[in-house]
Amino acid sequence: MTNASISALSARIGAVSTTEFRGDTRVIIGKEQLLDAMQLLKDDRGFDLLVDVTCVDYLNYRDAKNRFGLAYLLANTATNERLTVRVLLDEPHLSVPSMVPLWAGANWLEREVFDMFGIRFEGHPDLRRILMPEEFTAFPLRKDYPLQGRGERHNFQRIARAEA
Amino acid sequence: MSIAEPIAESSSRESDYVWTLNFGPQHPATHTTLRIVLKLDGERVIDAVPDIGYLHSGFEKTGEHLNYNQYVTITDRMNYISPVANAVAWHGAVEKLLGIEITPRCKYLRTIVTELARISDHLLCTGAMGLDTGAFTFFLYAFYQREVIYDIFETVSGQRFHPSMTRVGGLAYDFTPLVIEKIRTFLKNFPQTLDDMERLLNRNRIFVDRTKGVGILSGERATNMSATGPIARASGVTRDLRKDEPYLAYADFDFQICCAKAGDCFARYYVRMAEMRESLRIVAQAIENIPAGPLNVGIDERTTLPPKSQVYQTIEGTITHFELVMWNRGFVVPNEETYAAIESPNGELGFYVVGDGSDVAYRARTRPPSFIHFSLFPELIRGHTLSDVVAVLGSLNIIAAELDR
Repeated sequence: MTNASISALSARIGAVSTTEFRGDTRVIIGKEQLLDAMQLLKDDRGFDLLVDVTCVDYLNYRDAKNRFGLAYLLANTATNERLTVRVLLDEPHLSVPSMVPLWAGANWLEREVFDMFGIRFEGHPDLRRILMPEEFTAFPLRKDYPLQGRGERHNFQRIARAEA
Repeated sequence: MSIAEPIAESSSRESDYVWTLNFGPQHPATHTTLRIVLKLDGERVIDAVPDIGYLHSGFEKTGEHLNYNQYVTITDRMNYISPVANAVAWHGAVEKLLGIEITPRCKYLRTIVTELARISDHLLCTGAMGLDTGAFTFFLYAFYQREVIYDIFETVSGQRFHPSMTRVGGLAYDFTPLVIEKIRTFLKNFPQTLDDMERLLNRNRIFVDRTKGVGILSGERATNMSATGPIARASGVTRDLRKDEPYLAYADFDFQICCAKAGDCFARYYVRMAEMRESLRIVAQAIENIPAGPLNVGIDERTTLPPKSQVYQTIEGTITHFELVMWNRGFVVPNEETYAAIESPNGELGFYVVGDGSDVAYRARTRPPSFIHFSLFPELIRGHTLSDVVAVLGSLNIIAAELDR
């Protein structure tokens, strides 16, 4: 079943690199073809549920060639097929097309990835920080960001009750 | 209009009768801290912009610094209404990464505690929803039974609220005869409470008027917005991972998936009430059929501490024990990444785990159902009145600690 999805995918955008681990099938797609591929997966292959959008920062990861790897976890609610679509990104080109036109649920998921990793989603209707405050400048889930922070908490501007 | 369009841009001069109300961050109906900026025309909500992040405490960053067993104390604090479900989901994902098949006994015990957690979660959700819409007695009935479940967890693990009872490859505590006795007593007493609760609210004029037809979500829209769990099932989506991708011991039990078609607040309440009965059926079947045998995986897997008799009497046991407790050893995970999910009380709860060889995750991403469901809130409340805000919020069961992580 998953093989049919992958052959449909490679018929549309050319050969895709596929890996398998413990029953999960992952395909790596270039960001230029991402929208096209996702459109195919959603409309023709029935992947109607975008389970999650997440990102991994591969700084210092063994054998990693790219800095960031986005992961789109897709599921087909009719056949229970699952597919992971990976997009590998490198600085300074940290942007991919937004999936909001296909799955409205991508809105907050992509905002969180932007907030935590600083990856821009082109065409996103409202790409603002979601969990961190607006004035925060760093991207906390990147591997070069320390666990203790860079003093943001210590230097956070506070207003007294009288000034409020 | 987009879901979270900034209010300042959309409000114009000719609509100066529209006023803005800050709902939260401290409001009894938000239960914890979340803020919604409501745009009101009289009592009618024209738009709502959620502002979240008040409880953000970097759980995922912490997950990259604690080892696979330690992080379970953090996942317990995500959805603190049903912490065991988070723990089972986390270690399920870790075990998938490691390629461990847990023992049948462990599968059954994890199924039982997850279903008890589901009942506890649904009791809080429906109870608090009743409380917010004015049904105080219902809330007390629900909370009395929650205490019974807490008591069971305390008997299992010594911890009432955050049991943190799973470990990689097993559980930290086995069930004692007392635990099984307490679960049996709960199984006997709870259906009467459930009947009482249904009699209190199902045909209660005030509650039905306040929830029927409010916050309608279509099934197609639910899937498009990534909604899962009771919220999607109340809109007619039949997806339930317990049936669709049977994990743990769910394939062994006879139970139904509860769905409704209306997709309104009442349907979400109703699905949760019905799911509690199904959870009871699962627990009743599981508790009488717990397989004998070891609880944890054997010493060949090198992930769980071997029993003391093995440590003292066999060389393999001694070696495994030392390998696991010495700070520079621990177990080895593949340089790989995987995603595993369970049907938590709130919907699909999954973890995307990246291993880098050490016993600390390289990345521990949570798929938080509350976060995804809260993004539905603006479109559910648009056009309803201010008093419906609490009904919709209650029916979505937003747990702010999981929302912000």
